[in-house]
Amino acid sequence: MTSGLAGWVDTRLPIVTLMRKEFGTFPVPKNFNYFWNFGAISMLLMVVMISTGVVLAMDYMPNAAEAFGSVQHIMRDVNYGWLVRYLHQNGASMFFIATYIHTFRGIYYGSYKSPRELLWILGVVTLLIMMSTAFMGYVLPWGQMSYWGATVITNMFAAIPFVGDAVVTWLWGGFGVDSPTLSRFYSLHYLLPFVLVAVVLLHITAIHKVGSNNPLGIDVRSPQDTLPFHPYYTIKDCFGLCVYLALFAVLVFFAPDLFGDPTNFIPANPLQTPADIQPEWYFLPFYAILRAVPNKLGGVALMFGAMAILLALPWLDTSPVRSARFRPIYRPLFFVWLASIVLLGAVGAHKPEGIWVILGRIGTIYYFGHLLVVMPILGRFERPLPLPDSISRPVITRNALPRGASVAEIRP
Amino acid sequence: MTGMQTAPIGPSDAVPRRDILTLVALTGAAIGVAGYAWPLIDFMNPSKDVLALASVEVPLEAISPGMGITVVWRGKPIFVRHRTDAEIQQARNTPLDQLSDPQDDRARVQPGHEQWIVVVGICTHLGCIPLGNKPSEMRGNLGGWFCPCHGSQFDTSGRIRVPPAPSNLPIPPYTFESDTKIRIG
Repeated sequence: MTSGLAGWVDTRLPIVTLMRKEFGTFPVPKNFNYFWNFGAISMLLMVVMISTGVVLAMDYMPNAAEAFGSVQHIMRDVNYGWLVRYLHQNGASMFFIATYIHTFRGIYYGSYKSPRELLWILGVVTLLIMMSTAFMGYVLPWGQMSYWGATVITNMFAAIPFVGDAVVTWLWGGFGVDSPTLSRFYSLHYLLPFVLVAVVLLHITAIHKVGSNNPLGIDVRSPQDTLPFHPYYTIKDCFGLCVYLALFAVLVFFAPDLFGDPTNFIPANPLQTPADIQPEWYFLPFYAILRAVPNKLGGVALMFGAMAILLALPWLDTSPVRSARFRPIYRPLFFVWLASIVLLGAVGAHKPEGIWVILGRIGTIYYFGHLLVVMPILGRFERPLPLPDSISRPVITRNALPRGASVAEIRP
Repeated sequence: MTGMQTAPIGPSDAVPRRDILTLVALTGAAIGVAGYAWPLIDFMNPSKDVLALASVEVPLEAISPGMGITVVWRGKPIFVRHRTDAEIQQARNTPLDQLSDPQDDRARVQPGHEQWIVVVGICTHLGCIPLGNKPSEMRGNLGGWFCPCHGSQFDTSGRIRVPPAPSNLPIPPYTFESDTKIRIG
């Protein structure tokens, strides 16, 4: 099969065989839609974030006196500094968009159900690592929003009973957010992405063991249900990547501060809190949950609980049917749940007064109600639609065929 | 079926078409990766603020004949030395065939300012800083500079006379802004 240098290496270290098995001939369900692109897209964004981050670290100064200035130095003086920083800053948003789509795709098509529970849990862990990394990265430019974001988030740990204050002092390395806090955040911001890479590799290992789910949510029954990963899905992933990177480029070159907060152009000032304080868009729903509860510990617990509860999803959902396509009651409720998250995002972007307080509570109640009440109960009572016999059958008989083609041509 | 017949995909046709598609796709990917990598690589080149500090002005009034001073230009030591008439004559009278890196002394100073020799004070062997810019330091047998690391000797024109250094001390770009002030870089 393999000759020359590659063959010499492969007989001693079977990387060529491994790559061919896992990314070449690896059998994948043949009915993926474009939602299945977002795993590969997320991975590429991870590479973009790490490569730009490593270079940015060369000119960034992680101490309170120089941090803000060093970011301006990168933007103005360093060759392509503006580009690399905007790639990194907007790359975070693009990374979260891709990963959130990937996550909701998994929930809609029931990708977390047996035998993919561990795959799902590893995915939630990557999301948690991403969130911590993003939070600490946002602190580094040391603008007003960085500083007060760090202050608010670290103060949440003060809600822990008995040891809260000691924990917060330990996190800060002082009696407030200051240079020691900044430099430890910088250290961890550099470390966590590599932990992320390791967990992503485990995630990939797991999916190559249990195989991919698919839009029908039924198991692969025969080789006719699958296609080799290469060239079919390498090409499809590449196409999706090109479209996604084009959007990324539009953001970086034409609206680089779209997701940024103007307040962060003001250097950190420990003596003045900005009038309006809100986190990056990807944390807004969690921020809304935090503020929906009129109790410090309760709000913090629910906010972290909103992520932690996803770890239990494989056991909260009692329906044996994976894909929401075949669940007539669950399917609309999934979209209601999605709407409650979007609503929470909107609530998080507004001041907690008037109607927004009530909307925040409604959103929070449905977010948890859907996961803790609807999912466990609905699975027992809902009558699913009839499932197809195999992946091949609906692919061939439904509207997936090219116009003018017939079933007979396609069958091998 | 008609679509299949009007565009037949036979073995003779399919293989080169697939090859071209692969080649185009890989070329596109290579261009994309290179285009992405270039800003990350260029990021590490000297930034604008470093380049902005790339020139220094040196006043010369205080340097009497026989003396030299060392100034820092782009992080490197620059020897600015006021030569005596004897030192100029010595450099001028050395036959070029005695030099391992032949260069006339007139090519190493600026016309009308022959008493000033300005060189980068880094030994061309392995990067040590030669002694001899101050009269109190060891200057070697030729009265120029002496490198303490491996014994290279340079004459009063900064030319290599005793190996192992392979070439003359380089001349930085500089101009006389007046008779008593130079601008390096």
